[in-house]
Amino acid sequence: MGETFYIFNNGRLKRKDNNIIVTTPDGRSKNLKSEVTDEIYIFGELDMNTKLLNFTSQQNIIIHLFNYYGFYSGSFYPRETKISGYLLVNQVKHYENLDLRIELAKEFLLSASHNIYRNLRYYNGRNGKNVDLEKSMKEIQSLRNKMKDAEDINQLMGIEGNIRKIYYSRWNDIVNQDINFNKRVKRPPDNMINSLISFINSLVYTTVLSEIYKTQLNPTISYIHQPGTKRFSLCLDIAEIFKPLIGERMIFSLLNKNQITEDDFEINSNYLYLKETGKKKILMEYDKRLMRTIKHKDLNRTVSYRHLIRLECYKIIKHISEEKRYEGFKIWW
Amino acid sequence: MKNVTGVIFYYYFICKRKLWYFSKDLNMEKGNELVEIGKLIDENSYKREKKNILIDENINIDFIKDWKVIHEVKKSRKIEDAAIWQLKYYMYLLKEKGVDIEKGILDYPLLRRRNEIYLTEDDKYTINNIIEKIDKIQNLHVPPAVIDAPICKKCAYYELCYI
Ligand code: SF4
Repeated sequence: MGETFYIFNNGRLKRKDNNIIVTTPDGRSKNLKSEVTDEIYIFGELDMNTKLLNFTSQQNIIIHLFNYYGFYSGSFYPRETKISGYLLVNQVKHYENLDLRIELAKEFLLSASHNIYRNLRYYNGRNGKNVDLEKSMKEIQSLRNKMKDAEDINQLMGIEGNIRKIYYSRWNDIVNQDINFNKRVKRPPDNMINSLISFINSLVYTTVLSEIYKTQLNPTISYIHQPGTKRFSLCLDIAEIFKPLIGERMIFSLLNKNQITEDDFEINSNYLYLKETGKKKILMEYDKRLMRTIKHKDLNRTVSYRHLIRLECYKIIKHISEEKRYEGFKIWW
Repeated sequence: MKNVTGVIFYYYFICKRKLWYFSKDLNMEKGNELVEIGKLIDENSYKREKKNILIDENINIDFIKDWKVIHEVKKSRKIEDAAIWQLKYYMYLLKEKGVDIEKGILDYPLLRRRNEIYLTEDDKYTINNIIEKIDKIQNLHVPPAVIDAPICKKCAYYELCYI
């Protein structure tokens, strides 16, 4: 299991022999152990050269880049080494055939909405407020039932949008801090929670990308989202399933424990930008969450949250090879 | 017929499901660059310095005595059958390429044992048979069932098989 490095410093990232070294302007340096590194997240302003990129590529290290404001810019993704023509053909077949495509898309969204439901169930009657989320839970369940009958992707996505609307409308009840959050606004996010969601969703996306990279799945061929030209859209599909467990539970907990407050945002930016301290706190917590483990029922092994994503890829591989019908990950504990 | 590699031949004796996955390039074992004998011979035309050939993580073949004897060192005799047959398969392939191998040696230094392997006419027949069977497995639409054997626990495909 490889390691992830998060770099906030400005300075230089370079290859020295078989090492990757970060040096800060004041001359301090740190060696990232390249043999055990899987991913490097860059938040600072770093100089680097092709010698470094060739080396990270050779070591199968993915570099994820974020801009000054903490928005995801892209990833430097090494040449694919795991390629299966057989699987690619089947992946495409499952996209082109609408029946096959919707079957997969449905399972993704049914799993995602199950996990949303479980988040509400978890907070129902909790956190001292005695909030009653029952009604919303029921609504979500009935929308999930409608989802099962959806006939095309648009219909499916429409229902999913309604589920998210109901879900978001209850965040003020789940979160103890006094934040006015009613709906998801993306570009630009207009309050603390929206900014948090944007930042954390991009983390989940990059983690999914790193896990897909370790399999033969092609990240551009997707089922809910349009196959991407701008993004690796299969990552978006799979991320839907894990956002409630990994991202959203973390947001609730960070806010309810007051680990993240208004002070972590640039107030003058209208809460658009997280300060470095805020980003760091989130990343530390995010990393911890990815390493959390559960006992997996089918495998009879302990697996981390991060590894659940890889297992999801394996299930998808088996589905599109027509070996075993895909059942999406649903929170079971 | 698809070219049967040494690894695939070996997997035939280990697990047919693994064989199937592997032949679809759903390879779970990382870090083993496979060098196939046939290719090697074509490219290097018997260069003397290329006498130690790593075929995969299990098999490391040494040529001793000027391409007459192939030699393989193993730690344990756990999957001896597979190892013997893989060695025979290499002898078979090499013979087809015109390299006349006399014998193979399976060496277990830890057990202080050596096993000399010869390729008989019968073996050639058996190998042809196996190649045909391998071909059939590769052409299956879905992989053969999980074997549910103790080796599964340590197999790189465990999660893919059991999830
Ligand atoms: S886990 Fe077992 S069934 Fe699966 S490939 Fe390995 S040995 Fe074969």
